[in-house]
Amino acid sequence: MGHKLAAGFCLAISLGAVTAAANAATIEPQDVVIREAEVESSLTGSPGDPAAGSKWFKSRKLGNCLACHGNRDQIGEPFHGDIGPPLDGVADRYSEGELRAILVNAKSVFGPDTIMPGFYRVFDGQRVRKEFQGKPVLTATQVEDVIAYLKTLKEE
Amino acid sequence: MVMRTKIALLSAAAAGLVMSGYAFALPEGVDTVQVTATAKDHPLGELYSGWHFRTPETQALQQDDFENPGFLWVEQGAELWETVDGSEQKSCASCHEDAADSMATTGAQMPKWNEALGKPVNLEQQINMCRSERMGAKPWKWESSELLSMTSFVRNQSRGTPVEVQIDGPMTPWFEKGKDLYNTRVGQLDLACVNCHQNYYGQSIRADRLSQGQSNGFPTYRLKWQKIGSLHRRFKGCMDQVRAEPYKVGSDEFLALELYVNWRGQGLPVEAPAVRQ
Repeated sequence: MGHKLAAGFCLAISLGAVTAAANAATIEPQDVVIREAEVESSLTGSPGDPAAGSKWFKSRKLGNCLACHGNRDQIGEPFHGDIGPPLDGVADRYSEGELRAILVNAKSVFGPDTIMPGFYRVFDGQRVRKEFQGKPVLTATQVEDVIAYLKTLKEE
Repeated sequence: MVMRTKIALLSAAAAGLVMSGYAFALPEGVDTVQVTATAKDHPLGELYSGWHFRTPETQALQQDDFENPGFLWVEQGAELWETVDGSEQKSCASCHEDAADSMATTGAQMPKWNEALGKPVNLEQQINMCRSERMGAKPWKWESSELLSMTSFVRNQSRGTPVEVQIDGPMTPWFEKGKDLYNTRVGQLDLACVNCHQNYYGQSIRADRLSQGQSNGFPTYRLKWQKIGSLHRRFKGCMDQVRAEPYKVGSDEFLALELYVNWRGQGLPVEAPAVRQ
């Protein structure tokens, strides 16, 4: 039992090391620089996957963008929210850098009173539940996936 | 001052009673759905019961006392009211007699200041203080079937009575604390009560239509819970959803928040037991 636990622990550490190495270029939430409502370059150093982004957009566990935003591209999904503006044609209204800034920390773009959560922020204090402490809502890869997907939402 | 809404399908005042969608009579000038805020510094103009935001099916379920599942708890509470318990061989009725008279306004006025404790107590806490101090009986656990039944029964005696809580004098610091909690962002999603329930009520998060977060229907039978629950349980649920570590039911924080939220619904009639989604 003790051996198994120890072995599992070592495996976890080495896996962690491998992941860290693979994501060497990844910018951590606290290091993201938002300049004039834009985050210029990819958080991971590479472009995201729009198909994956479409999944995070509707996933109730992850981005859940659909909870608040309507989106004609996902008309087959039930119950689009109407708290925020519909995102049809959002790629025509915002640059990639602006979309990234909004996703990372909407307050940096829309002001401190916005209801929109920041999806790539970590909080000290404010009673964040244990399992979410020190973690952003989305990983850097997932943020880039969502941005890649949003860039496909153009007015016809 | 009573406003009418299209959704409510209310008829005109008749024979001195305001007839509403409800099966019971309300005091004159009191509408179950919407009243105008009376406090001049109230952040909302019109106050809407959570009933206003639910589907016609859910509304109908609340309106019919025979169909309303919350009445299972009200009925159990009525039995407990008469049940002798504890070393003093007393029931609630031994002191308070007919609840229809003695509790007609109690449910609308909690939490109330308690001089001996030097803090406010809400209905759950008052019931348990009566049990331990007057009856010599064990206090009931929060969210137990017994405590839910008794709070449902007592609050139901005040049904139709406009909510009116004291916020001046020694209650003021508790009111301010509650207001502060209401406006403080918490959790990974970084949201405060005010962000949803003041700024976006009537709009939808997925299938869920946001209400003003009024408390006049509690204890409330929630279809999602498949049972009746306390206001503090509901607070906890909201905090869970924004990924915050909730305060404990019965905590000073939730007591302060209860006082402030009740004040935000000042004038709305008590609806307990309400039915919600």
